[in-house]
Amino acid sequence: MGNITLKQVTKSFGDVNVIKPIDLEIRDGEFIVFVGPSGCGKSTLLRMIAGLEDTTSGNIEINGQDATDMPPAKRGLAMVFQSYALYPHMSVRNNIAFPLKRAKMDKAEIDKKIANAAKILNLDSYLDRKPGQLSGGQRQRVAIGRAIVRQPSAFLFDEPLSNLDASLRVNMRLEISELHKSLATTMIYVTHDQVEAMTMADRIAVFNGGIIEQVGTPLELYNKPNNKFVAGFIGSPKMNFIDAKSPDNDKVASIGVRPEHLQISTEKGMWSGTVGVTEHLGSETFLHVQLDGAGTFTVRADGECTLAYGDKIYLSADPSKIHHFDKDGVSINKV
Amino acid sequence: MATTNSRSLAKLMLFPSVVLLLIWMIVPLCMTLYFSFLDYNLLIPGDNPFIGFLNYEFFITDPAFIESFFNTLLLVGGVLLITLGGGIGLAILLDQAIWGQNYVRIMVLAPFFVMPTVSALVWKNMLMNPVNGLFAHFASWIGVTPVDFFAQIPLLSIIFIVSWQWLPFATLILLTSIQSLDREQLEAADLDGAGPFSKFFYMVLPHLSRAITAVILIETIFLLSIFAEILVTTSGGPGYASTNITYLIYTQSLLQFDVGGGSAGGIVAVIIANIVAIFLMRLIGKNLEG
Repeated sequence: MGNITLKQVTKSFGDVNVIKPIDLEIRDGEFIVFVGPSGCGKSTLLRMIAGLEDTTSGNIEINGQDATDMPPAKRGLAMVFQSYALYPHMSVRNNIAFPLKRAKMDKAEIDKKIANAAKILNLDSYLDRKPGQLSGGQRQRVAIGRAIVRQPSAFLFDEPLSNLDASLRVNMRLEISELHKSLATTMIYVTHDQVEAMTMADRIAVFNGGIIEQVGTPLELYNKPNNKFVAGFIGSPKMNFIDAKSPDNDKVASIGVRPEHLQISTEKGMWSGTVGVTEHLGSETFLHVQLDGAGTFTVRADGECTLAYGDKIYLSADPSKIHHFDKDGVSINKV
Repeated sequence: MATTNSRSLAKLMLFPSVVLLLIWMIVPLCMTLYFSFLDYNLLIPGDNPFIGFLNYEFFITDPAFIESFFNTLLLVGGVLLITLGGGIGLAILLDQAIWGQNYVRIMVLAPFFVMPTVSALVWKNMLMNPVNGLFAHFASWIGVTPVDFFAQIPLLSIIFIVSWQWLPFATLILLTSIQSLDREQLEAADLDGAGPFSKFFYMVLPHLSRAITAVILIETIFLLSIFAEILVTTSGGPGYASTNITYLIYTQSLLQFDVGGGSAGGIVAVIIANIVAIFLMRLIGKNLEG
């Protein structure tokens, strides 16, 4: 069981409202990612769910029980911190055993659970080392091990991969996803990296300035963003925006097209421009195109693209792939 | 400091100060060693004949030596116990967010800035005096016979005074150490269901082990040579009840004018200090590694 329900939850530090009233229903067994730029309140909300921060107003319910003022240990949640927060003076074994010993579990049971966790996370050969003797990825595994032995009703991850290098991050991303599939426990994962959000999440909650801009599956957010912020945040490289008017709907103030939805032509198209910097990644090429009207577009072309600096090109897009926004940045679905 | 050139230049530049320091240390040590083998008393003019280890024999077989040896250990041990215990407690308290935190911290540090002689005099005359002292007034106010501190519990009184002086030092070192404790570790412990005692014993105390080692080593060096507080308050008495080795050497050489005996005592003190140092490094020195 791992339902978490937030009802009109707020948080303020003095006069500053870090979290404006938030309602969110986290379902049992789902992998939900809180994503947003730094300072948007996603980590604060996670810490409130964990019980490490007081809730200013509103209610947090865990498994249908009001947990707003419950101490962290009573909530049955486990958290993996950005710095891993391993206990440096204890061996890996004792680190993992610590929560079980606090729960007064008997020795044989503890040993069994540690052996099990070590097997899942490939930690067998490190059990008697100190955290200081482990690499970043191994520490990360120990931190996860310490979380899973408690069999929590939900896991909370606070930017767990941000201290790892790029290739290890990809591996750990897979491992965490696989762990979620095998444990089928609710996981709440905070990150500022939209790639992590898109690749891991069942559902994503996009945060901005203390509110949730949109909640939905990765593809919902990608295909039908509620507003300009979500449209710009989800997807890499970012969506291109230009001010534009539509003859059919006078509310339209700007439009957005994703780099991967633009077609390049040397003869004709909706927009004309000059190629600026080109970034060759091998499998694909990103062109930064200076439009003749206003602004720049990022365009994704294939890896063999031979266009060079200064070339004149035309761009066009399938009308169904163009997003329309009104003057407040809210999406307009029907033009 | 990378090239051979700059390294040899650095050695050359350091040379004079190293030599000066060496002379500064070696000459007095050698003179003390030399005097310790002579029959050299300022009250008996004339030849200072070589007498071998006689000075050492007299110093070590003196009943006052054994007493002052244990006094020294009690003094060092007692002060360490109080300053470490109190220091850890105060450091934890001062680490909490309170109003006027900075002022409280400065006030806690204040005793360390008071000269040993002055603080000993303040304690002797204003606090511990059996007639006029604050403690005596307090005792008679609650209807208890005032304690004559320096007559009844001389060594303990000196331990109190010295502890009062060194508590701020221990607190300061331990406080800076506590402040470097990773908050996420404590939060993780919170989630793991650790209570305040578990957190203290499993997180805070291991984290402090280095700072505690530093405090023990530094304080021991200074506490072995406590002198001013004893001179000002009890003059080592009653009898030899509050005499430590340092004070015994002082009485030997400057009150009895026995330069030879005092020098022998000095060498014995150096040996004892080294034994204590080796013992401590063996015991807790590994905490400073890595």
